[in-house]
Amino acid sequence: MTTSTRATRILGWATAITMVLTGWMALVISPADAVQRDAVRLLYLHVPTAWIAMYVSFGITTLASALYLWKRTRSRFWDIAAGASAEIGLVFIGLTLLVGSIWGRTTWGVWWTWDARLTSTAVLFVTYLGYLAVRRIPHEPLARSRRAAIVALAAFLNVPLVHYSVEWWRTLHQPASILSQRRLGDPQIHGVMAWTLLLAVVAFTILYAWLLIHRFRLAWVEEQAEEDALAIAIAERHAEADATPEPQVTS
Amino acid sequence: MLGADLRRDRRAVRRRVGLLGHATFLYDDLTVAENLAFAAKAARRAPSEAQTAMERLGLAGRLRDLSVSKLSAGQRRRVALAAVLARQPELWLLDEPHAGLDAAGRDLLDGLIREAVHDHGATVLVASHELERASALAHRRVTVAGGRVNGGVHAASGKEPAHAP
Amino acid sequence: MLRDAALVAGKDLRIELRSKVATNQVLPFAVLTLIIFAFALDADRGLLSTVAAGLFWVTVLFSGLLAIQRSFALEAGDDARDALRLSGLDGAAVFLGKAAAVTVQLLALEVLLAVGAVVLYDVSLSGAALLIATCLLATAGIAAAGVVYGAVAAGLRVRETLLPLLLLPVLAPVLLAAARASEAALATTTAAGWPWVRLLAVFSAVYLAFGVVAFGPLLEEA
Repeated sequence: MTTSTRATRILGWATAITMVLTGWMALVISPADAVQRDAVRLLYLHVPTAWIAMYVSFGITTLASALYLWKRTRSRFWDIAAGASAEIGLVFIGLTLLVGSIWGRTTWGVWWTWDARLTSTAVLFVTYLGYLAVRRIPHEPLARSRRAAIVALAAFLNVPLVHYSVEWWRTLHQPASILSQRRLGDPQIHGVMAWTLLLAVVAFTILYAWLLIHRFRLAWVEEQAEEDALAIAIAERHAEADATPEPQVTS
Repeated sequence: MLGADLRRDRRAVRRRVGLLGHATFLYDDLTVAENLAFAAKAARRAPSEAQTAMERLGLAGRLRDLSVSKLSAGQRRRVALAAVLARQPELWLLDEPHAGLDAAGRDLLDGLIREAVHDHGATVLVASHELERASALAHRRVTVAGGRVNGGVHAASGKEPAHAP
Repeated sequence: MLRDAALVAGKDLRIELRSKVATNQVLPFAVLTLIIFAFALDADRGLLSTVAAGLFWVTVLFSGLLAIQRSFALEAGDDARDALRLSGLDGAAVFLGKAAAVTVQLLALEVLLAVGAVVLYDVSLSGAALLIATCLLATAGIAAAGVVYGAVAAGLRVRETLLPLLLLPVLAPVLLAAARASEAALATTTAAGWPWVRLLAVFSAVYLAFGVVAFGPLLEEA
C-alpha cells in the first residue's frame, strides 16, 4: 500500500527538479556576497524554510484547526490536515534554526545570539512542539483532536505577542528587505541573488506541498486502520455475547 | 428536551438533570452543607433547597458541618443523593442507587423517588440489579441483556426474561 | 453569568482556605526557589539585586504552574472536566471563576515573595504604581492563559509534564514584559516601564477573551 498517486508523483518530480535548479543556482551561478562571501548561500536554504514554516505551514494548521472546531465544517479531514501541516512546519522551523545557527557561526562567529528574530523563532519551535505533544497523548482520538485544535488557536494568538515583546526587547537582528524579511548583509538583494531566492521559495513550497500530501494520507490511513481494529474488537464482543447462553432468573 | 434545546443550550438541560453515579463528585475539603449549597446554586436553585435536602437525608445534625473527607462511603452516598435532591432536577439519572445504602436508606430512597415522580412530576431513570425493588417502584421497566435492549414491559405484568449483568 | 463565576471562585478559594495547599506547599516552594537561585548564581549582593526582577518573575511563573495544576486537581472526580461539565455551569463562568481564584492566590504569593526578594536579594522597592500595575496585569495574564491550558491538560495522565511544556512558551511575553517593567520600577526609570505594562494588558485581554470563548468547548467530551 502506498500513499503515492499520479498527482504526488508529478509533484515529486517538480520538487526534485526545482530543488536541483535551486542548488545549481545557489551554489554555482549566483555570486558570493561581498561581505559574507559564500555564507550567503546558506540563506537560500534558511529564508525559504523560515517563510514557509511560519506563514504557510502554521497558517494552515491554524486555519484547519478553526475549521475543525466550527460545527458546520467539522470533519476528520481538517484535524489530520492540521497535524500533518504542523509536523512539516516543525521540521522546517528546526531546519531554519539549524541553518541560521551555522550561518551565524560563519558570519557573526557565534552559534547563537539572543536577537529578536532567532528568539521568536525558537519560542515558535517549542510552541509547536507542545502542539504536537498534545496530538500524541494517550487518550481518545476525538478528545485529543479537540484539545489540540484549541491549543493551535491559542498558539496562533501567541505568535504576534511573542514577536512584539521579543522585538522590543532586542534590536540586534538585521532589519529586512524583500517583504520585510531578512537582510542579506547588503542594503538590498538584487539581480541573480533575488532570482535565486525566489526560485528557492518556489522549490520549498512545492516540497512542502508534496510532503503535506504524503503525510496527510499516511495519517488518514493510520486512522482508518485504528477504526477497523476497533470495529473488529466490537464485533468479537458481540459474537461472544451471542454465543454464551443467558442465565435464567425466575421471580 | 426538558424544555430546552439540547443542541443550543446544553447547560440549561444539564442544570435540570441530577446524576447519581459511581463517582460521587463531592468536594472533599468542603463540609456537607457547603457541598450541597454549591450544588443547589449551580443548578440555580434557592439555598433553602440544600437545607431541605439535608433534613430529608438525615444530614442536618452532626454531619452537617463535617468535612466530606471524614465521612464513610455510605454517608457520602447520602450526601451525593442529597446533592441530586437539592438540584430539584426534572430528570433523575440514578445508577445503582440502592447499592451502598442500608435498609433504612433504601426505603428513604424509594420514598424520595416516589415523591419526585408523583409530587414534582419528575422523570426518574434507575439502573439497577435489584429487579424486585426496582420493579415495585417503576412505571416502566426495560431490561438490557448482552448489550441489547429487550423492550419495555410494564411492571405489573408477569415474569421477566433473563438479565445479564 | 458573573454570579456563577463568583460561585466558582468562591468555592475554589474556600477549598484553598480549608486545605491550605497554596500556603503549605506552593509558597514554601516559591521561597525555596528564590533561595536556590542564590546558590546557583553568585550570592555577591550586587548580582542578585540586579537580576532580582527576573528571578522574581521566573519564580512566580513556576509557582503559577503549581497553582493552576492545583486548580484542576481539586475538582471532584478523575477528570476535572466531568465534574465541571455535569454541574451545568456555563464554561465561561467556570473559566472566569477559576482564573479569578488563581489570580488572588498568585497575588498573595507575590506580595510575600516581594518581601522575600527585598530581604534575600537586597532590593529596595520603588515605583509603587508601576510595580502594582505590573503585578496585577501580569498575574491576570498568567491566570487566564494558565487556566485555558490547564483545562487542555486536565484529566490526562501526562498533565504534570504537558502543562509546563504548553504554558511556558506562551507566557514568555509575560515574563519578558513583567521583568522589564519591574526593572524599570526598581531603577526608578518608570517611564520605560509603562509600555511593557500596556503589553501585559493586551496579553491579559487576549487570553481572557480566548478563555471565555474556548473554555466551554474544552469542557466537552470529544
